[in-house]
Amino acid sequence: MSNELIDFVIVSIALLGIGIYGLSVKRNAIRMLFAIEIVINAANLNMVAFGRFLPHSGGQTLALFSIAIAAAEVAVGLSLIIVAYRMYQNIDIADYRSLKG
Amino acid sequence: MWLKTLKLKLLIEVLLMADAIFLALSVLTIGSAIAALELRSLIYGSIALMGTLGGVAGFFLLLDSPFVAMFQLAVYVGSIAVLILFTVMLVKRELIFKKIEDKRRKFAGIALMLVFMVGLGAVIMDSGIKSVTTDEPAVDFRDIGADFLTYYWPALILMALILAGSVTGALVLARREDVESEQRTD
Repeated sequence: MSNELIDFVIVSIALLGIGIYGLSVKRNAIRMLFAIEIVINAANLNMVAFGRFLPHSGGQTLALFSIAIAAAEVAVGLSLIIVAYRMYQNIDIADYRSLKG
Repeated sequence: MWLKTLKLKLLIEVLLMADAIFLALSVLTIGSAIAALELRSLIYGSIALMGTLGGVAGFFLLLDSPFVAMFQLAVYVGSIAVLILFTVMLVKRELIFKKIEDKRRKFAGIALMLVFMVGLGAVIMDSGIKSVTTDEPAVDFRDIGADFLTYYWPALILMALILAGSVTGALVLARREDVESEQRTD
Protein backbone atom coordinates (compact mmCIF):
# COMPACT_ATOMS: atom_id res chain seq x y z
CA MET A 1 0.00 0.00 0.00
CA SER A 2 1.58 3.22 -1.08
CA ASN A 3 -1.38 5.45 -0.32
CA GLU A 4 -2.46 6.36 3.16
CA LEU A 5 -5.92 6.18 4.62
CA ILE A 6 -6.25 9.96 4.65
CA ASP A 7 -6.03 10.17 0.84
CA PHE A 8 -9.07 7.99 0.34
CA VAL A 9 -10.98 9.76 3.12
CA ILE A 10 -10.31 13.14 1.48
CA VAL A 11 -11.60 11.91 -1.88
CA SER A 12 -14.65 10.56 -0.09
CA ILE A 13 -15.24 13.92 1.62
CA ALA A 14 -15.01 15.69 -1.72
CA LEU A 15 -17.58 13.32 -3.24
CA LEU A 16 -19.87 13.83 -0.24
CA GLY A 17 -19.63 17.61 -0.62
CA ILE A 18 -20.45 17.45 -4.34
CA GLY A 19 -23.42 15.20 -3.61
CA ILE A 20 -24.75 17.56 -0.94
CA TYR A 21 -24.35 20.48 -3.34
CA GLY A 22 -26.33 18.62 -5.99
CA LEU A 23 -29.08 17.67 -3.55
CA SER A 24 -29.49 21.23 -2.32
CA VAL A 25 -29.28 23.11 -5.63
CA LYS A 26 -30.80 20.90 -8.33
CA ARG A 27 -34.54 20.59 -8.79
CA ASN A 28 -34.36 17.98 -11.55
CA ALA A 29 -35.52 14.68 -10.06
CA ILE A 30 -33.08 12.56 -12.09
CA ARG A 31 -30.16 14.81 -11.22
CA MET A 32 -31.05 14.50 -7.54
CA LEU A 33 -30.83 10.74 -8.01
CA PHE A 34 -27.33 11.24 -9.46
CA ALA A 35 -26.39 13.21 -6.34
CA ILE A 36 -27.71 10.44 -4.09
CA GLU A 37 -25.62 7.92 -6.03
CA ILE A 38 -22.52 10.05 -5.54
CA VAL A 39 -23.13 10.28 -1.77
CA ILE A 40 -23.65 6.50 -1.53
CA ASN A 41 -20.41 5.91 -3.43
CA ALA A 42 -18.55 8.20 -1.05
CA ALA A 43 -19.86 6.10 1.85
CA ASN A 44 -18.83 2.84 0.13
CA LEU A 45 -15.35 4.16 -0.57
CA ASN A 46 -14.99 5.09 3.09
CA MET A 47 -16.12 1.66 4.26
CA VAL A 48 -13.73 -0.22 1.99
CA ALA A 49 -10.85 2.12 2.88
CA PHE A 50 -11.31 1.70 6.63
CA GLY A 51 -11.79 -2.03 6.19
CA ARG A 52 -8.49 -2.23 4.28
CA PHE A 53 -6.51 -0.34 6.89
CA LEU A 54 -7.84 -2.15 9.95
CA PRO A 55 -7.60 -4.77 8.21
CA HIS A 56 -10.94 -6.50 8.61
CA SER A 57 -13.29 -8.19 6.16
CA GLY A 58 -16.30 -6.37 7.63
CA GLY A 59 -15.71 -3.26 5.56
CA GLN A 60 -15.95 -5.07 2.25
CA THR A 61 -18.92 -7.13 3.38
CA LEU A 62 -20.81 -4.01 4.43
CA ALA A 63 -19.89 -2.29 1.16
CA LEU A 64 -21.30 -5.23 -0.81
CA PHE A 65 -24.57 -5.03 1.15
CA SER A 66 -24.66 -1.29 0.58
CA ILE A 67 -24.16 -1.65 -3.19
CA ALA A 68 -26.98 -4.19 -3.43
CA ILE A 69 -29.39 -2.05 -1.41
CA ALA A 70 -28.45 1.00 -3.49
CA ALA A 71 -29.37 -0.94 -6.63
CA ALA A 72 -32.82 -1.67 -5.19
CA GLU A 73 -33.21 1.97 -4.17
CA VAL A 74 -32.35 3.22 -7.66
CA ALA A 75 -34.85 0.84 -9.27
CA VAL A 76 -37.68 2.04 -7.02
CA GLY A 77 -36.63 5.69 -7.30
CA LEU A 78 -36.55 5.61 -11.09
CA SER A 79 -39.96 3.96 -11.32
CA LEU A 80 -41.36 6.60 -8.93
CA ILE A 81 -39.87 9.30 -11.14
CA ILE A 82 -41.49 7.68 -14.20
CA VAL A 83 -44.89 7.62 -12.49
CA ALA A 84 -44.57 11.24 -11.39
CA TYR A 85 -43.40 12.21 -14.87
CA ARG A 86 -46.46 10.60 -16.42
CA MET A 87 -48.67 12.43 -13.96
CA TYR A 88 -47.16 15.90 -14.31
CA GLN A 89 -45.32 15.67 -17.65
CA ASN A 90 -42.31 17.24 -15.97
CA ILE A 91 -39.30 16.20 -13.92
CA ASP A 92 -39.08 19.41 -11.92
CA ILE A 93 -39.66 18.49 -8.28
CA ALA A 94 -41.24 21.90 -7.64
CA ASP A 95 -44.17 20.59 -9.66
CA TYR A 96 -44.52 17.54 -7.46
CA ARG A 97 -45.71 19.60 -4.51
CA SER A 98 -49.29 18.47 -4.85
CA LEU A 99 -48.54 14.75 -4.98
CA LYS A 100 -51.47 12.91 -3.48
CA GLY A 101 -53.20 9.58 -3.65
CA MET B 1 26.23 -0.75 -5.81
CA TRP B 2 24.68 0.32 -9.07
CA LEU B 3 22.18 -2.52 -8.67
CA LYS B 4 21.09 -1.05 -5.37
CA THR B 5 20.62 2.41 -6.84
CA LEU B 6 18.74 0.90 -9.74
CA LYS B 7 16.47 -0.92 -7.30
CA LEU B 8 15.94 2.31 -5.36
CA LYS B 9 15.15 4.13 -8.57
CA LEU B 10 12.68 1.45 -9.56
CA LEU B 11 11.04 1.61 -6.14
CA ILE B 12 10.71 5.38 -6.36
CA GLU B 13 9.31 5.07 -9.84
CA VAL B 14 6.74 2.51 -8.73
CA LEU B 15 5.74 4.73 -5.80
CA LEU B 16 5.41 7.73 -8.10
CA MET B 17 3.41 5.60 -10.52
CA ALA B 18 1.00 4.56 -7.78
CA ASP B 19 0.65 8.18 -6.80
CA ALA B 20 0.05 9.14 -10.41
CA ILE B 21 -2.65 6.47 -10.71
CA PHE B 22 -4.25 7.73 -7.50
CA LEU B 23 -4.17 11.34 -8.71
CA ALA B 24 -5.60 10.40 -12.10
CA LEU B 25 -8.37 8.39 -10.45
CA SER B 26 -9.20 11.26 -8.09
CA VAL B 27 -9.37 13.75 -10.96
CA LEU B 28 -11.53 11.35 -13.00
CA THR B 29 -13.88 10.61 -10.10
CA ILE B 30 -14.35 14.13 -8.76
CA GLY B 31 -14.33 15.79 -12.17
CA SER B 32 -16.95 13.50 -13.60
CA ALA B 33 -19.03 13.84 -10.44
CA ILE B 34 -19.10 17.59 -11.01
CA ALA B 35 -19.79 17.02 -14.73
CA ALA B 36 -22.66 14.65 -13.92
CA LEU B 37 -24.37 17.41 -11.98
CA GLU B 38 -23.45 20.39 -14.14
CA LEU B 39 -23.59 19.21 -17.77
CA ARG B 40 -26.61 20.62 -19.57
CA SER B 41 -27.67 17.36 -21.19
CA LEU B 42 -28.95 14.62 -18.89
CA ILE B 43 -27.61 11.95 -21.24
CA TYR B 44 -24.05 13.25 -21.04
CA GLY B 45 -24.64 13.67 -17.31
CA SER B 46 -25.47 10.00 -16.88
CA ILE B 47 -22.42 9.02 -18.93
CA ALA B 48 -20.32 11.21 -16.63
CA LEU B 49 -21.93 9.45 -13.66
CA MET B 50 -20.63 6.21 -15.18
CA GLY B 51 -17.16 7.77 -15.03
CA THR B 52 -17.60 8.52 -11.34
CA LEU B 53 -18.76 5.00 -10.56
CA GLY B 54 -15.91 3.49 -12.58
CA GLY B 55 -13.43 5.74 -10.77
CA VAL B 56 -14.70 4.51 -7.42
CA ALA B 57 -14.24 0.95 -8.72
CA GLY B 58 -10.64 1.91 -9.51
CA PHE B 59 -10.20 3.11 -5.93
CA PHE B 60 -11.47 -0.26 -4.75
CA LEU B 61 -8.78 -1.91 -6.89
CA LEU B 62 -6.17 0.36 -5.31
CA LEU B 63 -7.48 -0.74 -1.91
CA ASP B 64 -6.77 -4.40 -2.74
CA SER B 65 -10.43 -5.38 -2.86
CA PRO B 66 -10.93 -6.63 -6.41
CA PHE B 67 -14.13 -8.47 -5.54
CA VAL B 68 -15.89 -5.29 -4.46
CA ALA B 69 -14.49 -3.52 -7.54
CA MET B 70 -15.94 -6.16 -9.86
CA PHE B 71 -19.25 -6.01 -7.98
CA GLN B 72 -19.25 -2.24 -8.34
CA LEU B 73 -18.57 -2.48 -12.08
CA ALA B 74 -21.25 -5.13 -12.59
CA VAL B 75 -23.96 -3.51 -10.49
CA TYR B 76 -23.33 0.22 -10.85
CA VAL B 77 -21.72 0.71 -14.25
CA GLY B 78 -23.41 -2.29 -15.78
CA SER B 79 -26.96 -2.00 -14.57
CA ILE B 80 -27.73 1.18 -12.63
CA ALA B 81 -26.10 3.57 -15.12
CA VAL B 82 -27.83 1.82 -18.04
CA LEU B 83 -31.16 1.94 -16.15
CA ILE B 84 -30.71 5.68 -15.60
CA LEU B 85 -29.77 6.16 -19.25
CA PHE B 86 -32.95 4.43 -20.44
CA THR B 87 -35.09 6.41 -17.99
CA VAL B 88 -33.56 9.62 -19.31
CA MET B 89 -34.49 8.54 -22.82
CA LEU B 90 -38.15 8.22 -21.76
CA VAL B 91 -38.24 11.89 -20.84
CA LYS B 92 -39.28 14.55 -23.34
CA ARG B 93 -36.49 15.94 -25.44
CA GLU B 94 -36.75 19.55 -24.31
CA LEU B 95 -36.72 18.50 -20.67
CA ILE B 96 -33.46 16.60 -21.13
CA PHE B 97 -31.64 19.73 -22.22
CA LYS B 98 -33.31 22.15 -19.80
CA LYS B 99 -31.39 23.09 -16.72
CA ILE B 100 -33.75 23.09 -13.76
CA GLU B 101 -32.25 24.63 -10.69
CA ASP B 102 -32.75 27.39 -8.18
CA LYS B 103 -30.58 30.31 -9.19
CA ARG B 104 -30.82 31.82 -5.72
CA ARG B 105 -29.83 28.58 -4.11
CA LYS B 106 -26.77 28.05 -6.26
CA PHE B 107 -24.36 30.15 -4.22
CA ALA B 108 -25.87 28.91 -0.96
CA GLY B 109 -25.32 25.35 -2.21
CA ILE B 110 -21.70 26.03 -3.14
CA ALA B 111 -21.15 27.66 0.26
CA LEU B 112 -22.72 24.64 1.97
CA MET B 113 -20.45 22.31 -0.01
CA LEU B 114 -17.34 24.28 0.93
CA VAL B 115 -18.36 24.46 4.59
CA PHE B 116 -18.94 20.71 4.60
CA MET B 117 -15.65 19.93 2.91
CA VAL B 118 -13.54 22.31 5.02
CA GLY B 119 -15.26 21.40 8.28
CA LEU B 120 -15.12 17.66 7.80
CA GLY B 121 -11.61 17.92 6.39
CA ALA B 122 -10.46 19.88 9.43
CA VAL B 123 -12.03 17.36 11.79
CA ILE B 124 -10.43 14.43 9.92
CA MET B 125 -7.05 16.16 9.69
CA ASP B 126 -7.11 16.89 13.40
CA SER B 127 -7.96 13.32 14.33
CA GLY B 128 -5.42 10.55 14.63
CA ILE B 129 -6.00 8.89 11.26
CA LYS B 130 -3.67 11.23 9.41
CA SER B 131 -0.69 8.90 9.54
CA VAL B 132 -2.44 5.55 9.35
CA THR B 133 -0.67 3.13 7.03
CA THR B 134 -0.67 -0.61 6.96
CA ASP B 135 1.80 -3.30 6.00
CA GLU B 136 -0.56 -6.15 6.68
CA PRO B 137 -1.78 -8.29 3.79
CA ALA B 138 -5.12 -7.52 2.25
CA VAL B 139 -8.27 -9.33 3.27
CA ASP B 140 -8.79 -12.45 1.22
CA PHE B 141 -12.06 -12.55 -0.67
CA ARG B 142 -12.68 -16.03 0.71
CA ASP B 143 -13.11 -14.36 4.09
CA ILE B 144 -15.90 -12.25 2.64
CA GLY B 145 -17.65 -15.35 1.36
CA ALA B 146 -17.23 -16.99 4.75
CA ASP B 147 -18.65 -13.86 6.39
CA PHE B 148 -21.67 -13.92 4.11
CA LEU B 149 -22.42 -17.55 4.80
CA THR B 150 -21.78 -17.66 8.53
CA TYR B 151 -22.30 -14.53 10.55
CA TYR B 152 -24.28 -12.48 8.05
CA TRP B 153 -26.58 -15.15 6.60
CA PRO B 154 -29.82 -13.60 7.94
CA ALA B 155 -28.79 -10.26 6.46
CA LEU B 156 -28.02 -11.96 3.14
CA ILE B 157 -31.47 -13.56 3.00
CA LEU B 158 -33.09 -10.27 4.00
CA MET B 159 -31.15 -8.50 1.26
CA ALA B 160 -32.35 -11.02 -1.31
CA LEU B 161 -35.96 -10.52 -0.19
CA ILE B 162 -35.56 -6.72 -0.28
CA LEU B 163 -34.10 -6.89 -3.79
CA ALA B 164 -36.91 -9.14 -5.03
CA GLY B 165 -39.56 -6.98 -3.38
CA SER B 166 -38.16 -3.71 -4.64
CA VAL B 167 -37.75 -4.93 -8.21
CA THR B 168 -41.32 -6.27 -8.18
CA GLY B 169 -42.52 -2.97 -6.72
CA ALA B 170 -40.63 -1.01 -9.35
CA LEU B 171 -42.21 -3.08 -12.14
CA VAL B 172 -45.68 -2.66 -10.67
CA LEU B 173 -45.20 1.09 -10.30
CA ALA B 174 -43.80 1.59 -13.78
CA ARG B 175 -46.48 -0.53 -15.46
CA ARG B 176 -49.45 1.27 -13.92
CA GLU B 177 -51.90 2.21 -16.65
CA ASP B 178 -54.34 4.21 -14.56
CA VAL B 179 -52.02 7.16 -14.05
CA GLU B 180 -53.33 9.98 -16.21
CA SER B 181 -51.50 13.17 -16.81
CA GLU B 182 -52.72 16.13 -14.84
CA GLN B 183 -52.69 19.62 -16.28
CA ARG B 184 -50.39 21.99 -14.52
CA THR B 185 -52.38 24.49 -12.53
CA ASP B 186 -49.76 27.18 -12.14
